[in-house]
Amino acid sequence: MTIVVGYVPKPEGRAALVAALEEADLRGESLHVLNTSKGDAYSDPGYASQDDLAEVKALLDESGVPYELEHRLGDQAGGAADILEAVERLGASLVVIGIRKRTPTGKLLFGSDAQTVLLHAPCQVLAVKAG
Amino acid sequence: MGDVGALLAGFETALQPQYLLFAVIGVLLGTAVGVLPGIGPAMTLALLLPLTYSLDPTAAFIMFAGIYYGGMYGGSTTSILLNTPGESASIITALEGNKMAKAGRGAAALATAALGSFVAGTIATVALSLVAPTVAKLAVQLGPPDYVALAVLAFLTVAAMLGSSPARGISSLALGLFISVIGTDSLTGQQRFTLGLPTLGDGIDIVIVAVGFFAVGEALHVASRLRRGPIPLVPITGKWFTKQDFRRSWKPWLRGTVIGFPIGTIPAGGAELGTFLSYATERKLSQHKEQFGHGAIEGVAGPEAANNASAAGVLVPLLTLGLPTGATAAIMLAAFQSYGIQPGPTLFTEQSDLVWALIASLYIGNVLLLVLNLPLVGVWVKVLRLPRPYLYAGILTFAALGVYAVGASVEDLVLLFILGGIGWAMRSFGFPVAPAIVGLILGPIAEEQLRRTLAISQGDPTALVTSPFAAVVYCLVVVAFVGSQWLKRRQARLDAAVFAVAQASTTPGGPTAPVDDSRLASTARASSKEDGQ
Repeated sequence: MTIVVGYVPKPEGRAALVAALEEADLRGESLHVLNTSKGDAYSDPGYASQDDLAEVKALLDESGVPYELEHRLGDQAGGAADILEAVERLGASLVVIGIRKRTPTGKLLFGSDAQTVLLHAPCQVLAVKAG
Repeated sequence: MGDVGALLAGFETALQPQYLLFAVIGVLLGTAVGVLPGIGPAMTLALLLPLTYSLDPTAAFIMFAGIYYGGMYGGSTTSILLNTPGESASIITALEGNKMAKAGRGAAALATAALGSFVAGTIATVALSLVAPTVAKLAVQLGPPDYVALAVLAFLTVAAMLGSSPARGISSLALGLFISVIGTDSLTGQQRFTLGLPTLGDGIDIVIVAVGFFAVGEALHVASRLRRGPIPLVPITGKWFTKQDFRRSWKPWLRGTVIGFPIGTIPAGGAELGTFLSYATERKLSQHKEQFGHGAIEGVAGPEAANNASAAGVLVPLLTLGLPTGATAAIMLAAFQSYGIQPGPTLFTEQSDLVWALIASLYIGNVLLLVLNLPLVGVWVKVLRLPRPYLYAGILTFAALGVYAVGASVEDLVLLFILGGIGWAMRSFGFPVAPAIVGLILGPIAEEQLRRTLAISQGDPTALVTSPFAAVVYCLVVVAFVGSQWLKRRQARLDAAVFAVAQASTTPGGPTAPVDDSRLASTARASSKEDGQ
């Protein structure tokens, strides 16, 4: 079985990665780290740069947990859809996501990827806040 | 000096809170569109043209000038942090600026670009205030045949210089001239090319053509070439500006100004050429030659100064002779016309308040840009997160709304999208759009003056060339045509050399190398193909 973690190069993303690592170690499962971007803007702070990826790899290698890194441009549906697609494809046992404080207006305007994952994931979801 | 008094009166107008607000809106909007690759000042002015029906001229021109200058500043930010030029005049800045940012000197690169733009913009505006009235005084003495000659000069140079070949430029010009004669002839009342349609009886409004070509056509063109994938943004690091940076920057600033201003005044295809020449000069003169291609501050300071100086230079022929030397200038000319103001030699005497307020607002705009630009750099970077589909959809909606608001007629909208489709096709096949607009605006003026000349000479066509001024201008046409082809070839060579250097210095395995150089080169080609000003 696999644990899917949605990673973004932000505090909540790093917190999710760390929590997912612990959980994978505990359960003896492999880890699937996912980072995607819709790719429709000139810059996307959620899309990991090569430096971010190196950092992630170092962390994962150090832990000794078997892992896969998926870093690509997703389809136009957005981050939540990419996570759910990976969960289904891999038959994951757990999804780990990072969450952050949102204002009601922000949520109304831009929606919430975390909420979509929570409501639609076919497996358990672990939501992690940045420390 | 009456001019100094007039300039001070101009400041008095431009500093009124209401106009100051328009200047602030203009520079903010200008910087935002300058930052975004693919959309530039020409498109923004075109989108805002319908506003000219409700805003008073002074407010509109102060805002337009702000957008124009703001675009020049904004382009450098994207060049430096994203390695993708925000607009065509910043292509060169990307070369050294992005290397500086990657080497941890992004802040210094942004600072030298902003300060250089300010220094050059201010010096060039002073030059504009001195040169323009003098040229205008000479220009008042021109007669009808001289106008015809000037129009021919404008037609041919713009057509020859913009676009990927003179043949394409001239066909675009012909299209513009054709659109300009649609409608009822003002002298004889005959219907021309109206197909019997009442909508075409009054001719096609310049605003619709400008919005169709520059906003709809351009947005469709950029959207159809949508590249996917975000580009890594280099974080802004390092000291803002050290004494040593200043020591290395001030000479390139001044040299850039000296190169950029005259290039702006001649129809040489816009500000880009000046930036290329300035870069080449700096590379030749620099004591740090080995740093070129690895982030030399001179390579940012010079070209950034040059593009702002050109922006002011462009206004000299525009305000004194009514000659647009690029796309943005052509749209400004359209704005003058939609107010019923005839740009040309009489502008300085008949509309002196407006002109001097416009010039004063350029000084103010430069200061505003310096004050706003550096502290707000974080905001400008956020503009880049805007999903592109929203942006293009927004442009199309706004264009349609603006045109509908002007005439409240559905025919106008149909016409707008037909013209937009034509504009898109033109851009996609390398036809420049600016000559069409220049033809459209200057066509009727040239036609009227031509007929007047022939009426005065009782049908003798030699009257067109016997006026000494006209003869000189026709000689200039030949010189300019040959010269522009030479300059263009030189620019192409420089282009190739510069990109070769950039390619060589980044290929050894930088993590971002696969995206950025091919992207830089292709975006540069795409955006430089035409719009310049």
